[in-house]
Amino acid sequence: MLTKRIIPCLDVHDGRTVKGVNFVNLRDAGDAVELGAMYAGQGADELTFLDITATVERRETLAALVKRISAHINIPFTVGGGIKSVSDVGVLLSSGADKISVNSEVVRNPGIIDSLAAEFGSQCVVYSTDVRHNGEFWEVYIRGGRTPTGIRAREWIKQIENRGAGEILLTSMDHDGTKNGFALEFTRDISEMVQVPVIASGGAGTMEHFVDVFTEGKADAALAASIFHFREIDIPDLKSYLRERNIPVRIEK
Amino acid sequence: MIDANPLPEVSGEVVIVKYNAGNVRSVTCALNRLGIEPVLTDDPDRIRDADRVIFPGVGEASSAMNYLRRTGLDGVLKTLTQPFLGICLGMQLMCEWSQENDTECLGIFHEKVLLFPPELKVPHMGWNNLSGIMSPILSGITGDEYFYFVHSYYAAKGDETIASCGYINEFSAALQNGNYYGLQFHPEKSSKAGEMILRNFLGMGDG
Repeated sequence: MLTKRIIPCLDVHDGRTVKGVNFVNLRDAGDAVELGAMYAGQGADELTFLDITATVERRETLAALVKRISAHINIPFTVGGGIKSVSDVGVLLSSGADKISVNSEVVRNPGIIDSLAAEFGSQCVVYSTDVRHNGEFWEVYIRGGRTPTGIRAREWIKQIENRGAGEILLTSMDHDGTKNGFALEFTRDISEMVQVPVIASGGAGTMEHFVDVFTEGKADAALAASIFHFREIDIPDLKSYLRERNIPVRIEK
Repeated sequence: MIDANPLPEVSGEVVIVKYNAGNVRSVTCALNRLGIEPVLTDDPDRIRDADRVIFPGVGEASSAMNYLRRTGLDGVLKTLTQPFLGICLGMQLMCEWSQENDTECLGIFHEKVLLFPPELKVPHMGWNNLSGIMSPILSGITGDEYFYFVHSYYAAKGDETIASCGYINEFSAALQNGNYYGLQFHPEKSSKAGEMILRNFLGMGDG
């Protein structure tokens, strides 16, 4: 049976993880590869690396990091952050990334999704979008959640799926950082609307929140960062908890 | 128990077929982790002389088949005698025909490749388990392990099915015809269970 996926997200800058990470058993907890390998060993189903480097050398440092990740990690991983062109993506995929995620650039140039799907196939194109409810509708934000666009997320996501996105990573800014649970209704609405898998993000605080997002939220996968990095939830415990509640998950023996 | 398998000993070359639809870096890295340095080549002689041949694939069926025909690689791949492993699109290209752009494929396997009906999400993406397991390449796999799948088309079940998987319907997760093996999932991305299958493939006797 197809299982629900648990995806830790690692923010990286110049090849190093940036969010405070608290793992005493790692030689170098700031090394993105070592942290990723540890999560893979614990049973993470995929990894997402979000590059927030803003320097001109970012493309080279990121490609070097992706090569190191693919050498050491035996589960799929996605790379995102600042991707603006088909050639950016070509470099990352040939360096070993399984998927890439695009966000702000899609609002500036939706055709990039068509180009990426045609060039590399939909299976490696993740559309990552940050949304917030503005009192009237769920609105798309760009530039790391700093800039509202006035775009209605629901119709927009459908259009981006039709252009060839193979997966949707949906982050509710209203829920992100609250630890009060995921945006269940909206995640369900999007997951039922699109034909491709939906990864829910933002709001995870307890193991029960993951149950909720997979049952009520109808998510195919759930992504979280700080609760894993700060060891508030360990992935093996989370997987056992989910399995006990009849959520299909992969537990490696 | 998975870690108990010894590292495979391969005397000759392990070749990865070079063509226009390979996702070779992941496969190369997975083999490197097993102590193998594969050779990426489209040289027919080198492919024929190899100890093992791996045929990965990510992309679209018709453009891949056009490329294989144009270069004459199709004839080479169909007439090999050493253990041969197709992965994902590679496995689908080894089948008889694909619904993806109505493509005649290599015909090493006699199954047909069809588009999943949209009863659940398509592509079938994520970790799933196997049933009906029967082949040396799947030795040690019990059905409790999970493997990483990403595909919108599937090979129907048939006489050559050596493991099936359930999603929307029961399809061929793995196929075998003599020395030819195909896996719909990605062993190179399937953690320890995938490594075990790669070890089985590398360690098996010829023919």
